[in-house]
Amino acid sequence: MLLEMAAGGFGDRVAVGSLDGGLTVKQIFDHAGVAAQRFRSANVENVAMIDITSPSLPICLFGASWAGLPFVPLNYRLTNQELDALLERISPAVALMQPETQERISDTLEVHSVTRDELVASNDPEIEISTDWNMDGEDTAILLFTSGTTGEPKAAVLRQRHLVSYILGSVEFMSAGEEEAALISVPPYHIAGIAATLSNLYAGRRVVQLPEFDAGKWVELVRSESVTSAMVVPTMLSRIVDYLVSEGPDSQGLPTLRALSYGGGKMPQPTIETALELLPDTNFVNAYGLTETSSTVALLGPEEHREAFSSSDESVRRRISSVGRPLPAIEVSIRDEEGNELPSDESGEIWVKGEQVSGEYKGLQLTLTEDGWFPTHDGGWLDEEGYLFVTGRIDDVIVKGGQNISPGEIEEVLLQHSAVADVAAIGVPDQQWGEKIVAAIVLHEAQEVDEGELKDSVKEQLRSNRTPDEIVFLDELPYNETGKLLRRVLKEQLVNLGDGSTV
Amino acid sequence: MALLKAGGRWASSVCDTEVIVVKGPEDEVSLTCGGVDMVAAGSDPVSGEFDDSGDGTQLGKRYVDDDDTIEVLCTKPGAGSLGANGNALQLKDAKPLPASD
Repeated sequence: MLLEMAAGGFGDRVAVGSLDGGLTVKQIFDHAGVAAQRFRSANVENVAMIDITSPSLPICLFGASWAGLPFVPLNYRLTNQELDALLERISPAVALMQPETQERISDTLEVHSVTRDELVASNDPEIEISTDWNMDGEDTAILLFTSGTTGEPKAAVLRQRHLVSYILGSVEFMSAGEEEAALISVPPYHIAGIAATLSNLYAGRRVVQLPEFDAGKWVELVRSESVTSAMVVPTMLSRIVDYLVSEGPDSQGLPTLRALSYGGGKMPQPTIETALELLPDTNFVNAYGLTETSSTVALLGPEEHREAFSSSDESVRRRISSVGRPLPAIEVSIRDEEGNELPSDESGEIWVKGEQVSGEYKGLQLTLTEDGWFPTHDGGWLDEEGYLFVTGRIDDVIVKGGQNISPGEIEEVLLQHSAVADVAAIGVPDQQWGEKIVAAIVLHEAQEVDEGELKDSVKEQLRSNRTPDEIVFLDELPYNETGKLLRRVLKEQLVNLGDGSTV
Repeated sequence: MALLKAGGRWASSVCDTEVIVVKGPEDEVSLTCGGVDMVAAGSDPVSGEFDDSGDGTQLGKRYVDDDDTIEVLCTKPGAGSLGANGNALQLKDAKPLPASD
């Protein structure tokens, strides 16, 4: 439906690629129609994608919806065994993948392949495109395996009605000017990659894709394609900031970039402050959302960034580290462990509610409460004006001597130290306290710092039970490829370290 | 008269207009286009006299009633104008959010 509207409203606009040589909305529409026919006749249950982002992504995504089949983007960096295990769960399937990927997959699985080129090949006039598309809002649009930082990956189910609600609730049709272009550098198996593909198409904004993130290439593309907006995860922004700084005073900056949105993890305050200084003409948007909520549920807009950045009032200034306020179609509530609503300024679990919120996993019981609330497992609090502060996953909370301690606040203080490049506070099992606080620290190159100095900085700013019991210096922290800190892996490393074995 | 459920799709009986319901009230509504009852998309049109005096519908625009209890989105434009319970629906001012993805 979204694509049909776009094709009817601005079919000649370039949807993906360069202004010359890119695919128009109408071409995507036609190719998706052919793809739908192909998927239908394959007699499969799912349409997978095991590939980097390319113009074939929107064709595959819309083709699957057109045929009434779930679109299942998989992480192409998984090991062969991991891929086989996921494919086993979704076969019979047809998968968008290149021949070299197909070779990695067990041939006992019923997985047919279609390549990037085959989806954009010139249309066979023999194939009759059926306009009889499936319009059932209950149809599964997307199955997205969560990153599985804690155990077996779960398949989040997003139905057509969730995605359509998200788009209609957050984007105005054809609201983008013809000169606008968005750069997508998040992979297709990340909810932000899917959401960006849908929302930019619906807004009529051209999309430029960067398949594998590299700060230099990203900056080069913004300049050569006159990109006007982009979405990045925190690790990407910190590398972009480093890259721009390394260009020195003669850097031409990013003059075309009007809007930069970031999300998908906690942004270190120094990174965002440097970015605001480096890119004075760019509007910053901080977005908070989860796979299970069809992407964004709250955002901190450009005006709010500037207001917080320049305010002398601490309660306004701290909003720079908030994720802003809920979207108009979303309700947010902070709950205690029994599910009772907490007043503003009190920390608890973040619950969200709205038409775009799914909270459903394939084969598991619906996680929504009877009255439609989704407990996110994220901890956080709302200030008096309704700004939402996210403190981190509840499962990451350190329980020391019966006190719940959020790693986020400790990390924030330590990151303010000029020698500290990255930090994670982890609860490591301890006989006396149940858990003790270990801060794993990565220093900037050629920097040194005294352990006591770091502990003191926390002691000065937070309650005394927040002071790290131990400080461990590491060369790097473990991240997955979309920039999510793998706390479980780090915890194992730190536990082993305590045993005297090597990391 | 019919219940307007969010996500429901309705087609004009007298022109090309199609809409999707973004928000509907709890009570049943008589949704019209060009003065004639709209029908669930895919079903047969009903007969009636086409009143083409309005501006018609525009693709991608939202239309609301005065009380803000009904909101529909035009997914296919046409010559007929929308109404609910005898009152014309108005074009809603767009207040786009900053793009977040």
